[in-house]
Amino acid sequence: MPLLETKGLGMRFGGLKAVDNFEISVDEHELVGLIGPNGAGKTTIFNMLTGVYLPTEGDITLDGLSIVGKKPYQIVGMGAARTFQNIRLFKDLKVIDNIKIAYHNEMKYTTIEGIFRSKRYWAEEEKAQQESLDFLKIFDMQAYADTYAKNLPYGKQRKLEIARALATRPRILLLDEPAAGMNPHETKELMETIHFIKDKFDIAILLIEHDMSLVMGICERIVVVDYGKIIAKGKPDEIKNNPDVIRVYLGE
Amino acid sequence: MAKISKKNYIINVLAIILVFLLLKFFISNGVISRYYLGIIIFICINIVLATSLNLATGFLGQLALGHAGFMAIGAYVSAITAISLKGTGLPNTVMLLISLLLAGIFAGVIGIAIGIPALRLKGDYLGIITLGFGEVIRVFINNIKMTGGAQGLTGIPRISNIDNVFWITVVVVTILYTLTNSRHGRAIISIREDEIAAEAVGIQTTKYKVMGFAIAAFFAGIGGGMYAHYIAFLDPNTFNFMRSVEILVIVVLGGMGSLTGSVIAAIVLTILPEALRDFANYRLLIYSGLLVIMMIFRPQGLFGTTEFSMSGFLYRLRHNQLFSSRKNLEEGD
Repeated sequence: MPLLETKGLGMRFGGLKAVDNFEISVDEHELVGLIGPNGAGKTTIFNMLTGVYLPTEGDITLDGLSIVGKKPYQIVGMGAARTFQNIRLFKDLKVIDNIKIAYHNEMKYTTIEGIFRSKRYWAEEEKAQQESLDFLKIFDMQAYADTYAKNLPYGKQRKLEIARALATRPRILLLDEPAAGMNPHETKELMETIHFIKDKFDIAILLIEHDMSLVMGICERIVVVDYGKIIAKGKPDEIKNNPDVIRVYLGE
Repeated sequence: MAKISKKNYIINVLAIILVFLLLKFFISNGVISRYYLGIIIFICINIVLATSLNLATGFLGQLALGHAGFMAIGAYVSAITAISLKGTGLPNTVMLLISLLLAGIFAGVIGIAIGIPALRLKGDYLGIITLGFGEVIRVFINNIKMTGGAQGLTGIPRISNIDNVFWITVVVVTILYTLTNSRHGRAIISIREDEIAAEAVGIQTTKYKVMGFAIAAFFAGIGGGMYAHYIAFLDPNTFNFMRSVEILVIVVLGGMGSLTGSVIAAIVLTILPEALRDFANYRLLIYSGLLVIMMIFRPQGLFGTTEFSMSGFLYRLRHNQLFSSRKNLEEGD
């Protein structure tokens, strides 16, 4: 059974059909790319998958359970975490606190216990602190733990956002244009990071991207959308030579 | 982590006790007159109001302009409770605590009731709706019998004194501090930073918004109760929009998201109008002039979002870094 599956997914904004009959399935531990020209509906699809938009048609299942109508935080709890096209960090907080906020649901102490600092408060806070540091270490960012997130260089901010998403312990990670605004060097580093987290955390990844070198380089399967419709599916090599894809990207 | 904190606890507790003993000492030998004592009590009340508003405005990031409304609810509930408890022979402190607790709960419940619909809005819109609710509360109190209406409420037992007001203030600020340093506090702060991102990492944003707002209302109610039992007379018109703005000014001046900033600003802004009494009519001019200058040169407020910490201060003192650059200071913390 696929981990994430959509059936006949559609989104209509008034008279505009942004996404039509979109079907995708992502298996466990798979890395799937979603590409398409500007305005093709990629981010709309993402917003439906993560509960930001309520689809007007069709169904989305995560591990067999429908997530349509669930709130974003509930979908995170079910195991789908995301990043944003324009990085959304908790800018005025330290890097470590950015990670700790993602640990929120991992900790169980109540408000009263938090106020009066029970034994459980100390134990769980200590654990969260330690695990957050370990997490930063995995991403080679432990030196930045006490830096304010807004002061990080762009590439590191992107990395932190991915780390924060992973800290919620997802089974599938949805990356919305992670290479946007990056130079070739940073993109290469990002490719390595994505490969690394897929193996290290044993998760599936769905990736929206414009950067062809990134998508072709790391995705196992690619889905191409244009005007809200799927125009091609397949392995990177098949996509590269698909006449429809070439037409959409380069014109006739 | 726990060990260092224990040391910090002891330092902070000792510092607070020292302040209290100094206060008592100066009162007993007459350095602090009745007039000054009144100012100190008002400082404490303003600290409670400002730190609680800071939770809603500074930490949660929601512009709330109806804080005086919650203060009014607390003041009246507390006053009416105490009046009805008057002949029961309860010791004053117990009576005060019962009244304040009821005041807080009442204000908190109203805070939830207002917060659920109002917090769907953001920024200016939320500011306007909270302002409206604050006025509704005031007008409501003005027009019912139980509160004495526009004539005011008299006969309130005068049971707030420097001892209980001081310690209640310490407890309130401590609770707010520990709250903002727990996972729930972090959830509240994450909403200020980026609501969409907060929800995307699994924070129930609606729940924590209402919770932050309700806790702020709860402590505003307690602040109102302390006020009622000190003044011993309540006039609905003292809880008007300007009162809310006064509290907001303290929060902004101290730094949104800094409890210690609110404490310092409450002290400064309560003393300032009194100290400027010599200038008679120019008083408000100077007061507002100072605020304008402050906002030009330090728009983030006295403390920004950082907290003053006793142990950090002592560390700096020991290492002679009191006035060195910020970067070094952060390493010291």
